[in-house]
Amino acid sequence: MKIARNPANAEPILSRSDLVMIADMIPENAKVLDLGCGSGRLLRVLKARKNAKIMGAELDQEKIIRCVDRGVPVIQADLNEPLSLFADNSYDYVILSRTLQAVRRPDLILQEMLRIGGRGIISIMNFGQLDARLQLLFGNMPVTKRLPLKWYETPNIHPGMLSDFRDMCREKGIRILKELPVSQHRDFMRFLAPVWPNLLASNAIFVISK
Amino acid sequence: MEEKRENKDGSSFPQGSVGIVKPQDFRFAPGEELQLDCGRRLRDVVIRYETYGTLAPDKSNVILVEHALSGDAHLAGYHSVSDKKPGWWEDMVGPGKPLDTDKFFILCSNILGGCSGTTGPGSIDPDTGKPYHMTFPVITIADMVRAQKHLLDFLGIGKLLAVVGGSMGGMLAIQWPISYPDMVESCLAIATSSKISPQSIAFNWIGREAIMSDPTWKNGDYEEQPQKGLSIARMLAHVTYLSDQSMSRKFGRKLQTAEDYSFKFDMDFSVESYLNHQGMRFVERFDANSYLYITRAIDYFDVSDSADGDEHKVFAHVKCPFLVVSFSSDWLFPPYQARELARLLLENGNDVTCCDIKSNYGHDAFLLEYETLGRLVRGFLTNLQKEVCSK
Repeated sequence: MKIARNPANAEPILSRSDLVMIADMIPENAKVLDLGCGSGRLLRVLKARKNAKIMGAELDQEKIIRCVDRGVPVIQADLNEPLSLFADNSYDYVILSRTLQAVRRPDLILQEMLRIGGRGIISIMNFGQLDARLQLLFGNMPVTKRLPLKWYETPNIHPGMLSDFRDMCREKGIRILKELPVSQHRDFMRFLAPVWPNLLASNAIFVISK
Repeated sequence: MEEKRENKDGSSFPQGSVGIVKPQDFRFAPGEELQLDCGRRLRDVVIRYETYGTLAPDKSNVILVEHALSGDAHLAGYHSVSDKKPGWWEDMVGPGKPLDTDKFFILCSNILGGCSGTTGPGSIDPDTGKPYHMTFPVITIADMVRAQKHLLDFLGIGKLLAVVGGSMGGMLAIQWPISYPDMVESCLAIATSSKISPQSIAFNWIGREAIMSDPTWKNGDYEEQPQKGLSIARMLAHVTYLSDQSMSRKFGRKLQTAEDYSFKFDMDFSVESYLNHQGMRFVERFDANSYLYITRAIDYFDVSDSADGDEHKVFAHVKCPFLVVSFSSDWLFPPYQARELARLLLENGNDVTCCDIKSNYGHDAFLLEYETLGRLVRGFLTNLQKEVCSK
């Protein structure tokens, strides 16, 4: 079943294109853990459309309350700590969307994901996109529409490019099963992103396994 | 100004209150016995309870609320028009409140071993015609739950949409689906633990020692309460319900009356006077022997006992979703204990939500942080009711 961006019976909807793509990848009845699940939008869609057995992990109390309002079970967890609450191989898919750059040790969280689940799905922001590169070239850390905060206030403590992510996976013995470049819905570059993702994609989704 | 609602009898209560409630007593039928974990049986058991809201025709809207150590069945509302204080969870229970009496039929019963109307050590032993006192059997949390099952059978209630409890009440809430997995559709365990820590056992021990070393306790055969012992037990316990932050904020180093130190051992500090007041008030309303029996039941609580010590099998038959809530400054039931419960449930495949609410109030937060707690409880129950209805 495909998940349309704006289906006729419009509830629930995902507005972020990377989440729509992730939702498409999850098979029916899968057991899914979303790390940094926010207010539970993706999980709710997965439960409604894919009959997934869902679980979220989130640190922020307000977001947890919104998960509960949506009927999404969620465990309060800090992704900078080991996720010992979750047993080995207890989920089919572990999702981490747009969070990798903000955790203290991206490599360790990937290993935790693959300890807990058979497959990891990661959506990462590409700090190597053209506009950011141009700003770097002129001698400043990038501030763009996608990355509106300055270097000293951004939560993105590990800016990385898509090629950096691939290198890390190779070094850590993590297999990349799939790579999908993403750009935002109304982004004019969305047709070009698949051609030269390193330079043109704003995000990418990687499916990884051990 | 607070809005008031006119009641039939002309009295008025704050809006959102259930108004006047009447406690009711259920008495075991002749021949009906309560089997206890220690091997003994009790007969002629009385259980005092209160109900709020209306029972749905299909009895699908029942929520059982469990009170804490010193609580009772009086959850919300008032017993009479002259009653100054409402029930202990007034902020959570009432029309439009998180435990919404417009939707749910809410039931709360005084626990076995207590002193607020349900059979306990102060009750008359039908075998001797005299009060049990220390001949009352040592009871467990599971015994308290079993007694409540008799009440539900009497009321003809076979399903609980939710069991909700904080502190010791949370232990009963956790025990319910373990004892009766087919009856419970969800569990809300607040500021509690799946097994009591040595620190809690230690505080309970000191409290009991204070009572039992008071000469007026007379091996439990007192006519007047052992005031000193019971109030010391309460003062000690009360400190464990607060936090360093909440005490600093509430009392600081304020002196109670004098301008300066008395250079005697009287109550100089506000915090001393407060604790003294709490101790004295407790003696007026709580029975010393009940305190011994209930704290002992708490000590014995460890869910793995129900699975021969194997914590991984405890919830094997329990399928219902859980909401597990802790409070960041609670050092009597620290947040790690809630996470530990959540871990066991996750391992068992249950739907679990586990939230540590930021609070400075210590263990007492489960009574005070009703806004945040209320939002969690409301959201959880609303979705639960949707799911149960669509089954």
